[in-house]
Order: sequence, then structure tokens, then C-alpha cells
Amino acid sequence: MQLARVIGTVVATIKNESLEGRKLLVVQTLNKDLQPHGKPMVAIDSVGAGVGELVFWCRGKEASFPFKRDDTPTDCTIVGIIDSDRHVTQRSL
Amino acid sequence: MILARVLGNIVATQKNDRYESARVMLCEQITPTGEPTGTTVLALDSVDSGAGDTVLIVQEGWGASTAATGKAGAAIDSAIVGVVDRIDLLEETDAE
Repeated sequence: MQLARVIGTVVATIKNESLEGRKLLVVQTLNKDLQPHGKPMVAIDSVGAGVGELVFWCRGKEASFPFKRDDTPTDCTIVGIIDSDRHVTQRSL
Repeated sequence: MILARVLGNIVATQKNDRYESARVMLCEQITPTGEPTGTTVLALDSVDSGAGDTVLIVQEGWGASTAATGKAGAAIDSAIVGVVDRIDLLEETDAE
């Protein structure tokens, strides 16, 4: 799973039927210091995330498991909303 | 599996049901010699690891879900499955 910030939404009228009603969000993956890392991706939402929120997403086949139809074609799904930036804690080692 | 160091953890109240009571750890991948690679990953803990530990992370969904929640088929792609005590390398190995 990866930390990410939701930076936008995607509207797609014509899409695979099992994506009907799903929310598509643009997520920017972050590093441990919550700075952008890599290119933004499009994720399906499973937890009610919105723009601006700090989230974490799951990759691969497992990304389809939150949905009843686990043939939902996704490789990137938001599976949790982090309470706030302060809730990413790192102990100084 | 990858080698990583546990940096800390995250708190998420709103999350997928299968993450209930799980500890989500913030980890950074390391080389076999212990150098950080700059790549971070979130993984569910199954072995009571803590910040500072060098750990083994499995990045295959079936195994990760089973290790972390006791059941397969969850939206989990990474789980900590071991705490590393030591790594011995051949001296001439230039491991990256």
C-alpha cells in the first residue's frame, strides 16, 4: 500500500459496466515526508475519500477485492483515509 | 519478499473493513547492507514489529492477506511477515 493525496476527480461517462457508480479519483503518491513521489494515478474509491484528503491505496489484483464484483477492473483502489497529516508518525531512530 | 525498515505507523479511522484492528506500518525499503533506498511502502503488521526493526515484507496479495488477517481475499498487497535479526553477505558481494 502507498500513501497518497487525492488531487482531483475523473469523470468518464463511457466505461466498463462494473465501474458503474464508482468514484474515480486522481491520487498523487507521497513519500515518507508526505512529499510527491512519482506520477499521479487514477484510483477507484472504496471508503468515501474526497479531494485534498490523505489516503492509502492498494495495488494489483487485490485492489478489486473491496467490491462485490471482484472482477471490477482496477489495479489501484483507495482503501483507507488517514485521519490527518499528524497521524503519519515516524519515530526518530 | 523485500527487506525494509519500519519507520512508524499511520492512523486511519475510515478504512476497508478487513483492516479492522490491523496495524498499518510505514516502512522504507533497504538494501541487504542496510542502506535506505528512498522507496516507502505501507504494510500490515503480523509479527508485532516496531519502529527501527528490519523486517521482511511479502508483496503478494494472497500471502499478505492471510498473514495479516488470517484469511485471504482482502485488499492488502503488503504484509510484514518477519523481523530480521541479521543478514550475512559474502564480503565481495556488491549487493544493491
